[in-house]
Amino acid sequence: MTKQVTLSIDGKVVSVPEGTLIVNAAKKAGIDIPVFCYHPKMEPVGMCRMCLVEIGRPLIDRATGELVREADGSPKIQFSPKLETACTTPVSEGMVVLGASEKAKAGREDILEFLLTSHPLDCPVCDKGGECPLQNLTMGFGPGQSRYLYDEKMHLAKQVPLGELIFLDRERCIQCGRCVRFQSEIVGDNVIGFYQRGRALEIISYSEPGFDSFFSGNTTDICPVGALTTTDFRFGARPWELNAAASICSHCPVGCNITINVRREAVSDGKWVVKRIMPRQNEAVNEIWICDKGRFAHHYTASPERLSTPLVRKDGKLIEAGWDEALDLAAGRFRDAGNDLLTLASGRLSNEDLFNLYHLTSSIGGKAILYSHMGGGDLTAQVGVGMGTNFADMGRETAIIIIASDLEEEAPIWYLRVKLAAQRGAQLIVINPRQTKLDRYAHRVLRYAYGKESAIILAMINAISAKKLAQTENMGKYVRNADIKQTARMIAEAENTVVLFGSEGLGLEGSQSLAQACANLLLVTGHIERANNGLIGVWPRANDQGAWDVGFRPAADLKKAMQSAKALYIAAADPAGDFPDLAETADFMVVQDLFLTATARLADVVFPAQSFTERQGSFTSGERRVQRFYPAVPSLDDCLPDFTISARVAKRMGIDQEEIHAGKVMDRIAASYPHYREISYTKLSQVNEQWPIVGRNDLYYGGTTYENSQGLGMQLLPGLQPALSELPPYDVGMPEGKLWAVPINRLYDRGQTMLPSKLLHQRIPHPYIVINSDEAEKLGIIEGDTVEMILEGVSSLVTANLDNGVPQGILLVPRSMGIPIAAPTSVTVKNVDKLLA
Amino acid sequence: MWIDSENDMLTEKYSEEILKILAKYPADQKRSAVMALLFLAQRETGYVTRPVMGEIAEITGTLITDVASIVGFYSLFYDEPGGKYRIQVCTDVSCAMRGAEAFVEELCENLGIGVGETTEDGLVTVEKVMCLAGCDKAPLFQVQTGEGLEYHENQTVEKTLDLIHRWRRNR
Amino acid sequence: MSPYLLLRHRDIPDIDKLEVYCQQGGFIGFKKAVVSMQPEQVTEVVKASGLRGRGGAGFPTGLKWAFMDNNAWPHYVTANADESEPGTFKDREIMEYNPFQFLEGVAIASYAVGANVAYIYLRGEFWQIARQLDWRIAEMKEAGYLGEKIFGTDYALEIYTHLGAGAYICGEETALLESIEGKLGQPRLRPPFPPVYGLYGKPTVVNNVETLTNLPLILERGAEWFRSYGTEKSPGVKIFSLSGCVNRPGNYELPLGTPFRQLIYEHGGGIRDGHAIKAIMPAGASSALIIADEKALDTPMDYENVPSLGAQLGSASVIVIDDSISIDWLIKKTVHFFCHESCGKCTPCREGTFWMKHLTERIHAGQAAWEDVQLLYDVASQMKTKCLCALGEFSIEAVMTGIDRFKDDFIERVGTEQTNIRIDANSKE
Ligand SMILES: Cc1cc2nc3c(=O)[nH]c(=O)nc-3n(C[C@H](O)[C@H](O)[C@H](O)COP(=O)(O)O)c2cc1C
Ligand code: SF4
Ligand code: FES
Repeated sequence: MTKQVTLSIDGKVVSVPEGTLIVNAAKKAGIDIPVFCYHPKMEPVGMCRMCLVEIGRPLIDRATGELVREADGSPKIQFSPKLETACTTPVSEGMVVLGASEKAKAGREDILEFLLTSHPLDCPVCDKGGECPLQNLTMGFGPGQSRYLYDEKMHLAKQVPLGELIFLDRERCIQCGRCVRFQSEIVGDNVIGFYQRGRALEIISYSEPGFDSFFSGNTTDICPVGALTTTDFRFGARPWELNAAASICSHCPVGCNITINVRREAVSDGKWVVKRIMPRQNEAVNEIWICDKGRFAHHYTASPERLSTPLVRKDGKLIEAGWDEALDLAAGRFRDAGNDLLTLASGRLSNEDLFNLYHLTSSIGGKAILYSHMGGGDLTAQVGVGMGTNFADMGRETAIIIIASDLEEEAPIWYLRVKLAAQRGAQLIVINPRQTKLDRYAHRVLRYAYGKESAIILAMINAISAKKLAQTENMGKYVRNADIKQTARMIAEAENTVVLFGSEGLGLEGSQSLAQACANLLLVTGHIERANNGLIGVWPRANDQGAWDVGFRPAADLKKAMQSAKALYIAAADPAGDFPDLAETADFMVVQDLFLTATARLADVVFPAQSFTERQGSFTSGERRVQRFYPAVPSLDDCLPDFTISARVAKRMGIDQEEIHAGKVMDRIAASYPHYREISYTKLSQVNEQWPIVGRNDLYYGGTTYENSQGLGMQLLPGLQPALSELPPYDVGMPEGKLWAVPINRLYDRGQTMLPSKLLHQRIPHPYIVINSDEAEKLGIIEGDTVEMILEGVSSLVTANLDNGVPQGILLVPRSMGIPIAAPTSVTVKNVDKLLA
Repeated sequence: MWIDSENDMLTEKYSEEILKILAKYPADQKRSAVMALLFLAQRETGYVTRPVMGEIAEITGTLITDVASIVGFYSLFYDEPGGKYRIQVCTDVSCAMRGAEAFVEELCENLGIGVGETTEDGLVTVEKVMCLAGCDKAPLFQVQTGEGLEYHENQTVEKTLDLIHRWRRNR
Repeated sequence: MSPYLLLRHRDIPDIDKLEVYCQQGGFIGFKKAVVSMQPEQVTEVVKASGLRGRGGAGFPTGLKWAFMDNNAWPHYVTANADESEPGTFKDREIMEYNPFQFLEGVAIASYAVGANVAYIYLRGEFWQIARQLDWRIAEMKEAGYLGEKIFGTDYALEIYTHLGAGAYICGEETALLESIEGKLGQPRLRPPFPPVYGLYGKPTVVNNVETLTNLPLILERGAEWFRSYGTEKSPGVKIFSLSGCVNRPGNYELPLGTPFRQLIYEHGGGIRDGHAIKAIMPAGASSALIIADEKALDTPMDYENVPSLGAQLGSASVIVIDDSISIDWLIKKTVHFFCHESCGKCTPCREGTFWMKHLTERIHAGQAAWEDVQLLYDVASQMKTKCLCALGEFSIEAVMTGIDRFKDDFIERVGTEQTNIRIDANSKE
């Protein structure tokens, strides 16, 4: 344990760990020392000088080394003649800090006066007005009047786009450097910086596109003035007009805690509208950050394209119908189909939705299929991370393995936290077939050929384990590789190990095999059932883990499964849109979705579902933390929550399901699944104090991130240990001489939840492929050419990007980009530009 | 995302010098070379263009915004073209007490430009700068050209105009 | 023997040539150190000599070296050749004309602290000097004074030049290190100080050019010899850069403790154009203004006596101001400099220098009232002790002492003094 140090701050005696900075000690004691440049997530820089305090230290007699005492026996305190910065000074034993003395207050007032000399007084039209640290502190400590002559003020540009997402108001900037430091210290992308010097300092971005970072929005939260604002929210509303609802981001498996800010407004015909998404603190999940997709890609929930009433096919056409009619029809046909009912649902749905769907389907012997290309969810449930796992606690003693995943693109906040853990000393091992950004922070980078991902892990196991697992001939070179052996030893010796596996270049079979290999590695090295140990899936959707947990499984051959079903019940999935060859339907198809998707257009019945902003529910994150979300806006017209819809269908089939209270569905889940036995809505909504303290009335400390008062969620216990599996290593035969398309995952894709957010369009690429430069030369393709790619009989026109990092014979093809790719496939490409010319 | 390999103007021309510059610093501290590379880049045109900043970022393993920040902070780097010869006259305290300000005014008057401006033929820009460490030899100026920097001390307006004439002739 | 210790080129022609420098005893000190002394012994000799830093702060050089953290390696030495303080032009003369003595000093310091790489940080304007130094470094290497196996021992050293690019703040030691690292020249928080956390986070000594140039002779001739110059607390000689309203401005190498009068009248030839001396800035633009009365003129120029005049010796850049100059003009110039050079990192300096610039300009233009003088004083005192580095603190020296000590100049400029407004050091409503 670190030593405790006792000191007094404004008369209050506090004990804090040695090394604590005075600002933080004060904060813990409930005393506010105002700051601008200091931020508890970043290194102190002592630039703004706002936190000046008087500091006294016990006087020590030089000769004797003893404390000098006053007449009454108390230690004599010697105050330094200068004010000192509380944000850079660590506490020491017996220190006396005066933050509220006349001298300290005068110092603070001086600094505020300096800051205000250059600051415009445009609070009435400033987006930060109402939640602005500078405004608040000026009211609290500032001088009443300016002694600066107004006409000597600097007038600077007020609408400088740093990129299309973030705007800078140069006049308002107080040069605290928080944004620049966030980007360099926390994110590791110096895409914004200071330009000029002295009073002329300004923030710039030279990247292409401007402010090229997935995390840019966070700078607007920590900016202590209204200098940085988002295009999405600026001029949109005043903070005090907004209501707030706690929610969970639905875009990726991290499960960032968010707050949805809404208001009712005349311009939207008096409707409640989502005005912005803000991060909500959960130190075990997203700390106080969210990525830009989470922040900006919410517009799909309010898209005018949303379905608002049930539809039923009549005379070949889908026409509006009443709920009863639609439900009756669906229930009847499902009952008839019996065990030929196939339910296809995705991890976009909540646990409650998935449970009811699964329960309905299994009650009549039907099949519940997870719409996903990624396997291994059964294994993450078995050897998943132990309770109390938290990337923020990982340091030297922990090995973190990333395999088959471009983590920045697939789970940005994990990327951030893994990067920070690596910088704190965690042994980061990145194993990918090509270079990714995380390589920069890795202690070890291993490469393998696409198709050999589980081979490399098995080679590691065989390097350290007495029990040798099956090897294939192909593995030979990995088995003999010294780097791999050393890495295996590193893992075996690490106190903790977590493995994050993804689906880069992998379909279902490959990812399932990889998950098995990783699970085996964790088992043979004993890295299970403890905090900061275990397996994490980098899933394509927010609640894939929950879907696995309630019993959904992906299908090895989805086409065949769909063809053999008599009735299809498809929720939150668009197979026909993603894969034209899945457009063939069963006799009867029900689609439940937010939009009239390509699949919905083929359906016999369409149910309009509520978006996550309109209802309650829970998601299980990749770290197997169950977290609740709450309704933020009223339901759109006739829409219902997914679990209610299926409960109503079920009811008509004589199956009992909870249809009203999501919490009661969770009670049923808890009763049915041992892992969930401890979970209840009450427990999910519990909070305990987190550090750093954010929110409340002192926004200058942590920024405008919301305090968490609605629940930190609960991590699930891992299940039973699986035996080591003798599963032969997956090895896609990718014979040379052919071109192979392998799927990769991107954050900004052309998915349904992305496209309606127009402001992100500049960041979404056109459908493209990446090809090795030499390979391209052979094919006569140059950078930017349009090429025709024929993949499983389907032709797509795509832009060619050249990159030497891609292996020969491989084409990288992003998923969810309008190109039908689920697993590695052989392709042919033709240069269309050439043909046209 | 994919590195743009088109920008290698500097590397093409000065590969040897670049290696020499990089060799001064530890292998994992390439960023230290940014300033030296910017001086190299200014040899061409007297200022730094955006593509060159991008190239320097690549050479030094930084990002273009890092390089732009350096250009912005240091007063000897320019991101806009000026005259071929930048005459930078010290008009700081000591020099000002020895007639430097009058010298600049008179010089500019003779050249028909204001302080900070460039002559019509694009040859000369005259600027006032801070102390150049030549306070005992005022009036003095430095000339910044693509080639480097050169001091001219104990100046008179005539001497300076002579110098400018010589530049004109040698063009 | 040359009467000069540092500006030896003034009577030894061609000392900037390697063979001449060697004939004049060059590299004896370095050789002695490397061949026959432990690094700590070198530090001890420098401690014993009482040499204090010539870059401004006057910190004992040997003591600074002794702070080097021996638990972290490698160590670096950086020579501070930024020389950008208005009124200072001594390091330049050394590097241009007596370069080997300086380079030998760098080498000695490097040996003493166990550095195998040293950087010379020159202001960008010294481009030519850097080129010349590069050639001379190459010559030294050729001759075996640098590189591997120096004097046949295991000691290896490389010296490199690094050019700044026009930023006074880079003379501040931590900003200098940031600048070598290829970053904005903004000062770091201290502590930790460079001997613990310096270049690339490694222990680093930063010494001024003149400081380093003293070393070869100290090593060659001994600490006692060095102490025969100057005073008890300020041993040695100092180069005084004399500028402003004197007849013979220039560098003068004199023992520390020489009175102002001797420098200004004997060496500098007195005040030009028959004017009378009015004020002295002993440490360049960063300096407080001293009223140039008889007492001041008789004050010895050393680290202990100048403070009695309410100023510091600093880099000993003596700017002489005569009675033709109004102090309100003078502070307008100094404030302009600091406003231009403020790095912008900390609030009081960034905003305060900008505000003072407006005020001094308006006051000098006669567009101000006494209230503005008062305000100027307040702004300056409001900055005092609050800045992150010394630049901000320097910027108020001339302003506050100017108003305190030369009030009449301001009254003349703005009209009447409103006596109901006070001026005192802590004034603030
Ligand atoms: C704003 C500022 C500018 C400085 N400029 C210089 C300089 O140009 N040259 C120099 O040697 N020291 C300069 N210094 C002092 C250095 O920070 C440092 O104290 C010195 O280089 C140490 O060397 P010394 O101990 O040999 O004097 C400056 C300090 C400040 C605060
Ligand atoms: S006092 Fe502050 S703004 Fe001024 S130079 Fe130092 S750190 Fe920069
Ligand atoms: S200096 Fe302490 S908060 Fe800025």
